[in-house]
Amino acid sequence: MTAMVNTSTMLLILLGVPLVGSAILAMVGDRKGAAELNIGASLATFVAGIGLAIEVYAQGPMLAGGKFFFVDAFNVYLAVLTSFVSMTTAIFSRRYMEREREHGRIGYRRMRFYHAMYQLFIFAMLLCLLTNNVGVLWIAMELATLSTVLLVSLYRTPTAIEAAWKYFILCGVGIAQALFGTVLLYFAAERVLGAGGDSLLWTNLNAVSGSLEPTVLSLAFVFLMVGYGTKVGLVPLHNWLPDAHSEGPTPISAVLSGLLLNIALYALVRCKVLVDGSTGTHRAGDIMMGFGILSILVAAFSLLRQKDIKRMFSYSSIEHMGIATFAFGLGGPLATFGALLHMLVHSLAKSAIFFTVGHASQMHWTQEMDRIRGLFKGNPLVGWGLMLGALAIVGMPPFGIFTSEFLILTATMKQSPLLTPFLLLGLAVAFAAIIRRVQSMVSGEIPQHQVRMKAAHVPVLLHMVLVLAIGLYIPDVLHQWFRTAVELLK
Amino acid sequence: MDMMTAAHINSLLAAMVLLTAFGMLVQKRIYGLIHLFTWQGLFLSLNTAVVGYVASQHHLYISSVLTLALKVIALPYILHVLIHRLKIHKEVETVVNIPTTMLIGLALVVLSYHLTSPIRELSTLITRSTLAIALATVMIGLLMMITRRHAVTQIIGFLAMENGLFFAATSATYGMPLVVELGVALDMLIAAFIFGIFFFHIHTTFDSLDVEQMARLKEDE
Repeated sequence: MTAMVNTSTMLLILLGVPLVGSAILAMVGDRKGAAELNIGASLATFVAGIGLAIEVYAQGPMLAGGKFFFVDAFNVYLAVLTSFVSMTTAIFSRRYMEREREHGRIGYRRMRFYHAMYQLFIFAMLLCLLTNNVGVLWIAMELATLSTVLLVSLYRTPTAIEAAWKYFILCGVGIAQALFGTVLLYFAAERVLGAGGDSLLWTNLNAVSGSLEPTVLSLAFVFLMVGYGTKVGLVPLHNWLPDAHSEGPTPISAVLSGLLLNIALYALVRCKVLVDGSTGTHRAGDIMMGFGILSILVAAFSLLRQKDIKRMFSYSSIEHMGIATFAFGLGGPLATFGALLHMLVHSLAKSAIFFTVGHASQMHWTQEMDRIRGLFKGNPLVGWGLMLGALAIVGMPPFGIFTSEFLILTATMKQSPLLTPFLLLGLAVAFAAIIRRVQSMVSGEIPQHQVRMKAAHVPVLLHMVLVLAIGLYIPDVLHQWFRTAVELLK
Repeated sequence: MDMMTAAHINSLLAAMVLLTAFGMLVQKRIYGLIHLFTWQGLFLSLNTAVVGYVASQHHLYISSVLTLALKVIALPYILHVLIHRLKIHKEVETVVNIPTTMLIGLALVVLSYHLTSPIRELSTLITRSTLAIALATVMIGLLMMITRRHAVTQIIGFLAMENGLFFAATSATYGMPLVVELGVALDMLIAAFIFGIFFFHIHTTFDSLDVEQMARLKEDE
C-alpha cells in the first residue's frame, strides 16, 4: 500500500514539476534567475525520476493513477534518461542562451517563451513514456512536436522558419497516420475488451494480444510504423529532421536528437510488441529491420556531403536511430539488449556532442565546418569534447556505443548474417565521414575570427564520463535492468 | 428512426464528406476552401450525432458538439480572422493539373476500399461501410498537402486529414474513448494557434504565403 502511494507521489512530482514549471516560467518571464529556475525544475524532475526508478526496481512493474499510468523497467529507464539529459541541457542552456541574447539573436519575450516551452516539452515526453493509454501516448507525442515547433523557428531567420514549417507539416502528416493506426488498434481491441477507455490501455491490450484480430493489427502496424517512424526520423520519412535539428537553438537540437527520437522509437516498440503478440509472426520486426537498414545506409552516405556541423550530426542521429530500430526489429535477447543500451549511450553522447558543437559555433559565429578551426588551441575543453564525442559516436572502443554496436552486430551475424555487410558498410562510411570533418575542425591554428569564451564544462564532462564508464563496465544494476526490459519485450 | 434509415443517412453524410474533400482538392479561392472545410465539419458533426442516436452511444453527442464547436465555429473563425489580417482574402492560387489530381484522388478512394475490406468483413456496426470513405478523406487531405503550395491551403489539407481521422474513429468504432477525443481536440486547438503565428512569420519573412519560396534548405550537391 505504501509502495502504491509512493509511486503515485513520485509520478505526480515527475509530471507535475515540468508542467507547473512551464506555467511559472511563462509568468516570471525573462527575469534574473529564470535560467536557474529552469535548471532547478529539471533537477527536481530528475530526482523524482530516480525515486520512481528505485520504486520500480524494488517492486517490479506497476500501475498507478487508476491504471492510467504504467511503469516498468523499459519506460522508467527512459524516463530517468529523459529527465537527466533535460537537466544537463538546462545547465548548458543557461550560459549558451545568455550569449545568444548578448549577441542580440533573441530578446526578452522569446527567452520567456523558450523557457516555458522547454519545460512543457519535457512534460510531454515524460507523459508519452509513462502513460498506459495508447491514445494518450499519441496525444502527448503530438504535444511534444507542437511545443518544439516554435522553438525551432526561435531565431526567425528565413531558414529557421522554413525548417520549422517543414517540421510542423511533415510530422503533422506523419503522426496523423499513427492516429489512424491507433483507431484500428482500438477497433480490434473493442471486439475483445469491449468499448470504453480501458480498451486502449497498453497493459490490457498486451494481456489479450493473442486474441486480437491479426489482419487488423497488421494493417494498424503499417500506419503506426509510418506515423511514429516519421518522428523517429527513419528514411524515407526523415526529410524534416536535419533541418529541424540544425536550425533551432543548440540546446533544443540536443534534446530533439538525444531525447525525442528515443521517445518516438519507444512508442513504436510498444506497438510492435502488441502486433507481434497478435500475429504470432515476425512481420512487424521485418518491416522495422528494413527501415533500419535503409536509414543506416542513406544517412551514412548523406554524412559525407554535409557542410553544416549541426546538419552532419543530425544525419548521424538518423543513422543511430536506424541501428536501434534495426536491432529492435531483429528481436531476441541479445539484439534487444543492444538496442536498449544503444538508445541510452547514443542519447548521452549525442547531446554531449551538441553541447560542444554549440560552443564551437558560438566561438566562430557560424555552423559551417569549413570556417571552424583550431579548437584544441582555442578552447581545449570544446576541442577535446568534440573529438572524444565524435570518437564515441562512431563506435570506437572503449566508449559505450562500441559495446552496444558490438552486441547488435553479433546478434545480426547469428540471426541474419546476410545483413551484416550492410550494417558494417554503414558504420564504416559514417566513421570516415565524421572523423575526417572533426579532425580538421579541432586541429590547426586559431583562425582570426575565433572569439574566446567560457564553455559550460559540467554537462559535457558528465555525459562523456558516463558514456565511457558504460563502455568499460556495465554496472550490475543497469544489467539487471535491461535484462528485465528484454524479458518484457519478448 | 430505424436501422436502415440511419444507415442511409450515414452513407449520405459520408458521401458529402468525401464530396467536400474532392471540392477542396481543386478549389482555388481561399474563402471557398474555408467554406468547404466548414461544410465538411458540419457533415461530420451531424453524422456523429446520428450515429450516437442510433447506437445509443451518448458520449458521441459530446463529440458531436465538440466537433461543431471546434471545426464548424472555432477553426473557420480563426482562419477568417487570420486571412483578414494578412489581407490575402482575394488571393487565387494557381492549381496545376486539376484532372490528374482528380484522377489520383479517385485512385486513392479505390485503394482505401481495398485496404479496409478485411475490416469491413469483421465489423458488425451499421457504420462499417463508411470506413473506406474515412480513409479516403485522410488520403485526399494528404494529397492536397503535397500538391498545393500555399501555406493556408496546406493547413486546410492538414485539418481535412484530421476530419478524416475523426470520421474513421466514429465509423470503425463508434468513437474513441472520450479522454482521447478531448486530447486530440486540445492538440488541434494548440496547432491552430501555432499555424496562426506561423502565417505571420512566413508572411513577414517571405512577403507571401507561398511555400515554394522556402527552398533554401536543400542538400548541397
